Amino acid sequence: MSIKEYRTASEVRGGLILVRDTPGVAFGDRVRISDGRGGTRDGQVIRASNEEVMILVFEGTDDLDLEAVWVRFLDEPVEIALSPEILGREFNGLGEPRDGRPPILSNIRRAVGGSAINPAARSYPREFIQTGISTIDGLNSLVRGQKLPIFSGSGLPHNRLAAQIVRQAKLKDEDSSFSIVFAAMGVSYADAKFFRDEFASSGVLRNVVMFVNLADDPPVERLTLPRTALTVAEYLAYDLDRHVLVVMTDMTYYAEALREVATAKGDVPARKGYPGYLYSDLAEIYERCGRIHERHGSITMMPVVSMPSDDITHPIPDLTGYITEGQIVLSRELQNQGIYPPVHISPSLSRLMKDGIGKDDTREDHPKVAAQLYALYARALETRNLASIIGADELSERDRRYLKFADDFDQRFVGQGEAEDRSIEATLNLAWELMSAFPRDSLTRLSETELAKYYQGND
Amino acid sequence: MMSERNNLGFIREINGPIVTIDLPGIRSGEQVKIGELGLVGEVISLNGREATVQTYESTDGVRPGEPAEGLGWPLSVELGPGLLGGIFDGIQRPLEKIALQSGDYIRRGLSLPGLDREREWEFEPNPELEPGKQIGPGTVLGTVQETETVLHKILVPPGLEGELTELAPNGDYAIEATIGHLRDRHGHSHRLKLFQRWPVRKPRPYLRRDDGISPLITGQRVIDSFFPQLKGGKGAVPGPFGAGKTVVQQQIARWSNADIVIYVGCGERGNELVDVLESFPQLEDPYTGRKLMEKTLLVANTSNMPVVAREASIYVGLTMAEYYRDMGYDVVMLADSTSRWAEALREVSGRLGQMPVEEGYPAYLSSRLAAVYERAGRVETYDAGPGSVTLIGAVSPPGGDFSEPVTSHTKDIIETFWALSKELADARHYPSIDWVTSFSAHVHAAAEWWHKEVDRRWEARRTQALALLARDAELSRIVNLVGPEALSDAQRWQLEGASLIKEGVLQQSALDEVDTFCSPQKQFALLDLALSIYDKGMTLIELGVPVSHLQDLPQLAKVRRCKSIYNSDQVASITDLGREIEDAFETIRLQYAKQHSDD
Repeated sequence: MSIKEYRTASEVRGGLILVRDTPGVAFGDRVRISDGRGGTRDGQVIRASNEEVMILVFEGTDDLDLEAVWVRFLDEPVEIALSPEILGREFNGLGEPRDGRPPILSNIRRAVGGSAINPAARSYPREFIQTGISTIDGLNSLVRGQKLPIFSGSGLPHNRLAAQIVRQAKLKDEDSSFSIVFAAMGVSYADAKFFRDEFASSGVLRNVVMFVNLADDPPVERLTLPRTALTVAEYLAYDLDRHVLVVMTDMTYYAEALREVATAKGDVPARKGYPGYLYSDLAEIYERCGRIHERHGSITMMPVVSMPSDDITHPIPDLTGYITEGQIVLSRELQNQGIYPPVHISPSLSRLMKDGIGKDDTREDHPKVAAQLYALYARALETRNLASIIGADELSERDRRYLKFADDFDQRFVGQGEAEDRSIEATLNLAWELMSAFPRDSLTRLSETELAKYYQGND
Repeated sequence: MMSERNNLGFIREINGPIVTIDLPGIRSGEQVKIGELGLVGEVISLNGREATVQTYESTDGVRPGEPAEGLGWPLSVELGPGLLGGIFDGIQRPLEKIALQSGDYIRRGLSLPGLDREREWEFEPNPELEPGKQIGPGTVLGTVQETETVLHKILVPPGLEGELTELAPNGDYAIEATIGHLRDRHGHSHRLKLFQRWPVRKPRPYLRRDDGISPLITGQRVIDSFFPQLKGGKGAVPGPFGAGKTVVQQQIARWSNADIVIYVGCGERGNELVDVLESFPQLEDPYTGRKLMEKTLLVANTSNMPVVAREASIYVGLTMAEYYRDMGYDVVMLADSTSRWAEALREVSGRLGQMPVEEGYPAYLSSRLAAVYERAGRVETYDAGPGSVTLIGAVSPPGGDFSEPVTSHTKDIIETFWALSKELADARHYPSIDWVTSFSAHVHAAAEWWHKEVDRRWEARRTQALALLARDAELSRIVNLVGPEALSDAQRWQLEGASLIKEGVLQQSALDEVDTFCSPQKQFALLDLALSIYDKGMTLIELGVPVSHLQDLPQLAKVRRCKSIYNSDQVASITDLGREIEDAFETIRLQYAKQHSDD
């Protein structure tokens, strides 16, 4: 098909332009738009008929003059060129260099949209990743091929936590480190710089591919950015056999960009103005992570989702939680007590933990220690509430023990240094030390054998 | 059967999965092949020459002007031997075969039949049949041993009736081979094969509804003992994310006393289906001793797979369930999650510009939901006696809000409601089925079975336990205000009793090898143990024994752990423990009586 240019743009609104009389344009194809002043923008066909085509303009439609606009349909999907040279580089959401170096040249080009992994080709993730963080390793273990988001709020240290995980994550008894794909959507310059410096100082920069769209960059570009980043992750994992850790921050800004475009398109809103397909759209991103039969590499994902007004029921964290395999929830209350990382264990969860821990993976007591700690902490939090009403002095001796446990747990188990890399043994031993403050008979989630081996109390 | 028409038309407009085509003469509901890739879709509305089509695959790269072809039949599935043990996508394409053809990712435009054409099955003709006999829908032509445990009955398809003119002898046949001929009353001869096709949106017929009662035993205490389900019932498992819906569903799939299990992963996580795919071939069915996968089939439309096929997947699953029901089997179908199915409806209706009523859902949400659940039931089949389809749907309410449209409409339709609670899940009380908001309409019916098969006191004990839990909720509110010291000894013993029920009976770990399945006998023994201790303790407290004296008994820890110490065959040991504790209580009573008389 010959490449034609059209000057028939008829309407511009909120990141979209409509072009008339354009026969045979394929749905999803890439578009180049000349603004008539020497500048070009990129776009994608999101609705196609012979009479009219709707185009999403990644750089936004600000300052476009309908009369001057030329549109060219490139007859190819939105793609990215891939080669091993991509490591250590920084791109925008369309895969164009942001680091001032030349673009990647390669015969391997892949459409960023990806396609669904056949469930019958997946293997179940079960290799324990030690992050060195007690609340994650001990209670919400991460495994290779899992998607485990960090639910956070403004001002909480999710970036520091993500950076610490990137630094420390490794398979137990193995030194194979991860390749990192870092996708930043709508973050501030300072946050992007924090990660760049962090990667540089920890010496992993040569193993990182960064995709950055800052808060003042065009929001529409955020819609392709995670897809471009994941296409690179898939290349690294399945073509180059690497284990890839994808950190995406912040999915909330991604979803807001999606809402912006959906509103402009006139889609029927479901909750809080987000379109009904937000769930499917997020799933297309999150489900690209995992393990595949007979493939060496893997994709593990850690998206950051900031909860608007700390509301976990807001559509973005809510739908994310329904797709991902658990969540790590940060708490403002713990943060205010100066506890780092402020992981609130009660709403946190790892769904894939059960098959990655235990005798052959971490230690035989791990599953029951986690269950027991959760039960004790739940009771301890109730006691803390009670104490705040009737005063600690009114509590029975039994309840005071729980109160003390709540404090010790927050300070010593949850709290740890930003540079402190605890082994899983250290985490479990610490758990036993804390649990041994209780009489042996009250630890009913643990088995008699485990108590005999690890219990340190007098009782 | 179906007329072969090759209507050709062309594409007018592409809007995501919704494609408008120009194709005169096409019928509503008809299957359509779209574009050069040959993507398959379904006509959902007609307007003059134009038809609106929802496509089961992504339409990227499709252009206006490309051809569109009517296939002449509605969305149908193939029903015959070879379904069990398989994994299919939302329109019954075999995913394992697709992986062989297109690799790790699903390529578009693949058309693969649901059943293997090559594989041969040993067909054993029905000895009671011979040429000349009148046969009709549901007549068993013969059998195929589909798996070690499941005998697949080859039935005359609904709608066919007449004289059997020929029946093949015992031998190995591929599913397309003719195994018999039938002559209808117009003198037309029909070929009979090992498989048949059925349109998924049309319920398969049966003779009549059957009112027989038989509980679905799931091996899960809070379900069987507190909120029982019957075979042929309809139930829902609503819960916010992280409350454990999937584990509850998987536990039912693993341990229920059904002949066939159909697990429909509708818009959920890929890894969950892989978990079932990898673990079921290893797990043993407690009723037959064979591998669970032999009676299981999976339908997988994960959240990243096309949304329109997600809407179809529930119907595809139901039709296969009804097919096995028609052989006289008890089938359990788990749909995880019906909310994603409803969202697929919403997405399509939104793209069609239909007027939204609640939270963007179309007005027909409630009637579609009701029609889906109504396909569950226990029926008298045409020939094979009673069969049932139990339908259990997971519901994923946004933000855990049970008043949202899908949960509230579902609640109006179903009979058992296992409501999962975030608070219980946060405290790692699993299964997190909340005893206050859950309900079952089948308690009295199930009681008949329990009283006959397990223990006459079942219903009384169940009521007593629920009353104690309700009392516990009231007392806990007081404790939260003024602390436990304000309670009397009797009230504190009530709290202890409720805690024994919660920890010793209601909590059940899916990960614990011993406790993951619990027979009805063991269920009742544990419930009875907790309540006898409570009753005995209460009489001691009335005599003036301080509550702390009882709380410190080391045996109470053992009661809480008992469920994972003794398996379902060791019910006698649980009864022994009960006696041991009774003795301990008796000793206390005697000591106390002595002290008092000494005073």
